[in-house]
Amino acid sequence: MTDMATKEAKVPEKESLFTGTYNFGTVTSKINDIVTGPTGKGWIFGFAVSFLILQVLLMAVTWLLYEGIGTWGVNVPVGWGFDIINFVWWIGIGHAGTLISAILLLFHQQWRTSINRFAEAMTLFAVACAGLYPLAHMGRPWFFYWLMPYPSTMQLWPQFRSPLIWDVFAVSTYLTVSLLFWYTGLVPDFASLRDKAKNIWARRAYGILSLGWRGAARHWHRYETSYLLLAGLSTPLVLSVHTIVSFDFAVGNVPGWHATIFPPYFVAGAVFAGFAMVVNLAIPARAAYGLKDYITDKHLDNMAKVMLASGWIVFFGYGVEAFMAYYSGSPEERDLFMKNRAFGPYGVWYWMLILCNGIIPQLFWWEHFRRSMFWLWAISFVINVGMWLERFVILMSLQRIPWQSSAWGQYCPTFWDLTTYFGTFGLFFTLFFLFLRLVPMISAFEMKHLLPESHTHAPGSGGHH
Amino acid sequence: MGAAPAKKAAYGLLAEFDNPQALVDAADRARREGFVKMEGYSPFPVEGLREALGQKRTLMPVAIFFGGITGTMTGFLLQTLTSGSLPREWDQWIPLNQWFNYRLNIAGRPFFSWQAFVPPMFELTILFAAFTAVFGMLAINGYPRLNHPLFEVPEFGRASVDRFFLCIEADDKLFDAEKTREFLNHLKPLTISEVPA
Repeated sequence: MTDMATKEAKVPEKESLFTGTYNFGTVTSKINDIVTGPTGKGWIFGFAVSFLILQVLLMAVTWLLYEGIGTWGVNVPVGWGFDIINFVWWIGIGHAGTLISAILLLFHQQWRTSINRFAEAMTLFAVACAGLYPLAHMGRPWFFYWLMPYPSTMQLWPQFRSPLIWDVFAVSTYLTVSLLFWYTGLVPDFASLRDKAKNIWARRAYGILSLGWRGAARHWHRYETSYLLLAGLSTPLVLSVHTIVSFDFAVGNVPGWHATIFPPYFVAGAVFAGFAMVVNLAIPARAAYGLKDYITDKHLDNMAKVMLASGWIVFFGYGVEAFMAYYSGSPEERDLFMKNRAFGPYGVWYWMLILCNGIIPQLFWWEHFRRSMFWLWAISFVINVGMWLERFVILMSLQRIPWQSSAWGQYCPTFWDLTTYFGTFGLFFTLFFLFLRLVPMISAFEMKHLLPESHTHAPGSGGHH
Repeated sequence: MGAAPAKKAAYGLLAEFDNPQALVDAADRARREGFVKMEGYSPFPVEGLREALGQKRTLMPVAIFFGGITGTMTGFLLQTLTSGSLPREWDQWIPLNQWFNYRLNIAGRPFFSWQAFVPPMFELTILFAAFTAVFGMLAINGYPRLNHPLFEVPEFGRASVDRFFLCIEADDKLFDAEKTREFLNHLKPLTISEVPA
């Protein structure tokens, strides 16, 4: 016990994760002041722009509901267009949040602490955007409950052998558990907002949200145990969600989709794109709110390394796809890859995605690119574009050539496809700006744990404090 | 604080410390002194505090495990029973049979195709375990509870920020308004407050 305590008291890497001099009080005020302080001009501008873009989404969805999904570019033979591409893209982005908050917690990676809240919020909002697409694609979204198992008067039950129903279970569980995980982490911080806020309404609102949290030792013990187990549960959950998303394709007996590489390669792609999105959001946010002491260059450097590693898994996946197309000996698989993926009408997009996801991220081998805010942001942006292209290529290259050559066709997104996609950014950023303003964006109680003075030793065993 | 009120009128005595080590040491002394009904309060989980207060380990992991098992079974039964897995001959013995025994023939696959039922079973395992973890933890801790005697003490407002408290409750057998206050004084706290009931 004593040994452990003294060892912990001088863990050297903490210095680089937490720069500047802080104590328990200033950690709280630094984080809470962003919430309780005055509204900045930049925030109002950003929120206004996001809110305007959200209106574009509302218009697009209203028109869709009025006119039907004929407003989208999907038709026979391409039945899955922008809706599924963007569904997979958004939900993949969400996965980095769970990875940072759950998997890195289990691995005792302390650098997660200042970015986890932020990343979990990103998860929630990304899943909200993702969930919108299948709902809208139903054509009659008010019947969404038909997907749920319930004893209906028609005595009809969902088709449980279908990956699409697995998706319903996976995505709704993911949204629910992510929300619970995020909220559980917030309760102690809401309590400090309740105690520090000067405005009576803020005090009441945060008081209710904190559920009356008192920070009793007994409560902390149950809290920590449950939180850790929740992290343990979220870890296989996040892997299962993208695995099941990939089953939407891989279970189908379609050349180019029917591959066992899909689950791992989809999960790695999700981590890859998600970390890129966290970096894209964290760099501007930490600059705007002066949080460079909390989200340090070391954090961003670590995230770049994660992108480099997961990028290689994705790149390996592309290689396996190409190899298996050849090795399967199936003329359909070979044809598809050569004439419709690597070359042919979608060849340009395929090589663009190789460039964005495979080649450009290799710059992260050099510390210069990991430490330069401009390059880090730009490369992360390129990765997000690349991952979008990946989903586009996976979906488009084969749907347009069904078995009957007489049924071959093309897909072109319509104006309403584009506005719906554009509009989901409005939804995402509106929610994100509200989060930055109303909720502490860094977990204060976990940050306090990183301070050396938070460490205790067994009573009566000496040591100084 | 006013004149010493009757013993029952108070919730307890609250001592304030400015660092976690002082709280752990104080809790340890109080436990050795024989106090049982006491509690430590801190803005973040303090290592060793639970042991110093003499509190038992939580059984939350067991509850969460059973929550998860319930989810697995729910998923299994839900899918098995609604897919017409049971033999036709049993139909007359199954209550509410017409509600759920729906034989969905998909490309001639067996009605009881349990392999395909695994993903929803897995998801429901996680869902139910997570519900147990969050709602169970909150319920056992007694939340939501927006009012509490401790909130009447102004100093306690810093328990969520940067102060550490030890509260010896009035229903402890050894509690005595005067003597307990004297004992707490020996621990050199920043303040000692009486918590009104």
